[in-house]
Order: sequence, then structure tokens, then C-alpha cells
Amino acid sequence: MAYALQQLINGVTLGMIYGLIAVGYTMVYGIVGMINFAHGDVFMVGSFLSLIALLALSALGITSVPLALALTLVFAAAIAALYGWTVERVAYRPLRGSFRLAPLISAIGMSIVLQNFVQVSQGARVKPIEAIIPGGIHLMDQGGFAVQLSWMQMAIMAITLFILAIFTWLVTKTPLGRTMRACEQDLKMASLLGIDTDRTIGLTFVIGAALAAVAGFMFLLYYGVIDFYIGFIAGIKAFTAAVLGGIGSLPGAVLGGLLIGLIEVFWSAYFSVEYKDVAAFSILIVVLVFMPTGILGRAEVEKV
Amino acid sequence: MTPLLSLSGVTAFYGAIQALRGIDLTVNAGEIVTLIGANGAGKSTLMMTICGTPRARSGSIVHNGQDIIQWPTHAIMRRGIAQAPEGRRIFSRMTVHENLLMGAEVAGRGGIPDLLDQVFALFPRLKERISQRGGTLSGGEQQMLAIGRALMSRPELLLLDEPSLGLAPLVVRQIFGAIRDLNRSSGLTVLLVEQNAYQALRLAHRGYVLVNGSITMTGTGADLLARPEIRAAYLEGGHG
Repeated sequence: MAYALQQLINGVTLGMIYGLIAVGYTMVYGIVGMINFAHGDVFMVGSFLSLIALLALSALGITSVPLALALTLVFAAAIAALYGWTVERVAYRPLRGSFRLAPLISAIGMSIVLQNFVQVSQGARVKPIEAIIPGGIHLMDQGGFAVQLSWMQMAIMAITLFILAIFTWLVTKTPLGRTMRACEQDLKMASLLGIDTDRTIGLTFVIGAALAAVAGFMFLLYYGVIDFYIGFIAGIKAFTAAVLGGIGSLPGAVLGGLLIGLIEVFWSAYFSVEYKDVAAFSILIVVLVFMPTGILGRAEVEKV
Repeated sequence: MTPLLSLSGVTAFYGAIQALRGIDLTVNAGEIVTLIGANGAGKSTLMMTICGTPRARSGSIVHNGQDIIQWPTHAIMRRGIAQAPEGRRIFSRMTVHENLLMGAEVAGRGGIPDLLDQVFALFPRLKERISQRGGTLSGGEQQMLAIGRALMSRPELLLLDEPSLGLAPLVVRQIFGAIRDLNRSSGLTVLLVEQNAYQALRLAHRGYVLVNGSITMTGTGADLLARPEIRAAYLEGGHG
């Protein structure tokens, strides 16, 4: 029981990180109908930006931990957003209107470019950092097993929920969100209403990249070690989460992220760590066989 | 008087297929002009080409003295041109209110309550359905919403593509009545594509006949209605 509770805490924490990345996949898919395979690498870039900012701030002698973390988060999100915009501008916009596979191939190319860029500029070795927020609280003891909820885990849950709340407000209540939803439903009609759809698509990439950078920031602090390759596996997992939740659905992306996180953690805890990815992807396949549109996805049936 | 919109020698293609073959057409301010023709003649293509999607291959499209043929769609729609397109293209997962607000993107933040009031005065049914999702409306209500959404941008020129399609005669009469009122009361210029040639020609000041991507005839509404070849091709066998 205590052991399971601990796994639940770990799984939800991991799932929140996946969920934040998955939102970016699902947003872009919703609006331009393509899988942005470079998205996982933008997450990785966000993680590296966080590392650089933390080191720079400590070199500048900023000792207040909350201040350093807040500045790092803003810096990483802003620069990653610029990366997201640039990726769209350089690799996808010129291919709009060409055959469907073209942007997909371009996305894979962009992913390789970002990985190699970070590998060359930052080095291929793993980058460790010290634990910045150590400690936590004891929830319970049972049979010699102590259930821990670390401050870091609480921070991840709180930041994710806060960011998702802002994001939900943005999409459902603001004019920008309305424009994004209109573009997602009918890009051509949106342009017939005077919407600059290229701009809206660019903003979608910007927002998705900023969310991925927040996830990268939390990943760095949680695991304490990153390398240029983390974007690949995390990206595939988050993509799986988006499909599992129903690609195109924003709540689905978060739900899918939580499920993938929980599956992975529980499988590692009770069966074998080596096969955790196999477990996550097997469940994806089972869900897709029986629910091809994912858990919260909608079938494309509309009244004409 | 220079026309509000004038097309000359406009051609457009879908891939290798030529959809428009040298279209010459003018719309003067304050007119209702109708474009009639069979299925596949290129009527909707012409409406969309005016809006830059698809882009015309050659010719010129002059609006208010400026050639807009190379302009991006969103920039064209910010010049006081609005379209209620073929198939209505309502945002089905947005409410009626949100659909109308999308129409006002061009108009800016100010004056939205007044615009909404005008649309609701024209189509009271939309007010009753204000918080319902677009996809749950009936065909007639969706058409009203499509026209209302187009009007939210305060257009000078309204492009209306088959507003009568699939609607009951009573609803068609209501919508055509609304178009006539708008034209008379606020001088709205309308370019109307219709398969329902009889009603369209009765409503319009002038009309054009489109056959296989070319204009074959033009004249006043009454003039075209009286021509035997029009009667034979578009009116025989029942009219609304």
C-alpha cells in the first residue's frame, strides 16, 4: 500500500512532464495536421537553456533560490519559444500546401539538426547539476517503507497545474484562443474572416515550445542530469501520450501524459525497469485497436 | 463611375484543370449581382478566387481601384469584402456567439454589441441559439449564421455562395428578403451565386451566366429571365 502510494506520486510527477510536452504535439496537430517531430528536441533545448541560465545566475552571485528558478524558467521559455517559431518558419511554412509527407520529413530533419547542434555546442557528455530543492515531507511509514513527497515533486505538480490553468484560460476565453480554435477547425474559413493564419500557426508553435521548455526545466531539476538525447525518448513518450489521449484534444494530452507516466512507473516498480517502454507502447497499441481516436478524441463526423 | 469590383481576363486552375477561363465581370457599388450556372461551372471557384484562394493564374481583380490579385486572403478580407462561402463553413465546435465574434475580427473590438444587435434584428433565431454550438444548428440556422458572421465585419461587398442550398422554401424566402433589405437600407453590395436561378434573377439588378468556366451571357435580372435559352437551361422543370 505504502509502496503503491509512492509509485502513484512518482507516476503523476512524471506524467505531468509528459503531459506538458504532449500539449504541444496535440496543438500543432490540431491546427496544421502534422506531427512536429522536432518538438521533443525543443523540450531538450529548453532543458539546456535552463541549465545554462542556472549556471549563469549562480556565477552572477544570485543566491536566492526562488528568484533564480523564476528567472531561469522565464528565460528558458522565452528562448525556446523563439526556437519553436523559427522551426515553424524555416522548416514547415515553406512546405505548406505541398504533399503531406513533406513537412513530416522536414520535422525529422529539424529534430536531427537540433540534436546535433546541442551535441556540438554543449558536448555529448551528460550534464549533472546538484539538487537545488532537496528534501520533502514524510507522508507515512508502513512496514519499514517511508512514503516521501519531495518538495520538487510538489513544485512540479503545482507549476504544471498553474501553467495548464493559464493555458486553458488562454484557449477558451481570450480572442487569441478563439482564433486558434477557429484555425484548428477550418483554416481556410479563418483566412476568409481576415485572420492571418500563418501568424496564428506561428503563435501555436511559440506557445507549444514555451510549454515544452517548462517541462524541460522541470525535467532538469527532477532528474538532475540531462544530455542532448533526452528529447528523443521524452518526445516519443509525449507523442504517445497525445495519441493515447486523442490527438487534437488538449485535455486528452494531459490525461494521456498522466497515464503514460503512471504505466511506466508502476510497470518499473512491479515488473521490470528494462521493459517499461515496452509496457507503455503496448498499452498504446491496445487502446488504438479498440479506440482508434484515443480516449478523448472525437470521431470526424459532422452534420453537413 | 468606377466599379467597386472588376475582374478582367481572370483564369484559375485546380492542379492541371482549368476552372476559370478569362472571366470579365464588374460589380458596382449598391448593386446586387448574381452569378448563375450549373453544378461545376466554376461559380464557387470564382467567389474563392476573388478572395485569393485559389490564387488567379492571370488577369486582374481590381477592388476600389487597387489590383488585389496577388494579395493574401486575409488582407483581401480586410478591405471590406466578406464571404459566406459554399457549404457555410460554420465553426461547428464553437457557439453561435463565438462564430459571430470570429466574423468581427476585422471590425476590431469596438462596436461589437451594435453589430450583434444588427445581426439579431435580421435573424432573431440566432439570438435564441446564441450559446448553442454551431454544429447543432439546423441547415437554415447555419446559413443565417454564415451570413450573420460575414456581416459582422461591416462589409461593403458581400459574397454569398448558394444561400438557398438545401433549405425549405420558406427559409429561402426569409434569407432572400434579408439580402434585399440589407441592400436597400444600408446600400450593401452583393455578389450572389445561385442555382435557384429564378429567385436569384428576380432579386438581382444584373446577372451573369457561367458555363464551363466562361461567362456566356450577361444582362439585367429581368432581361435574363425573359431569354428563352435561360428559361430552357435553368428555369424549366420547376422554380422556387
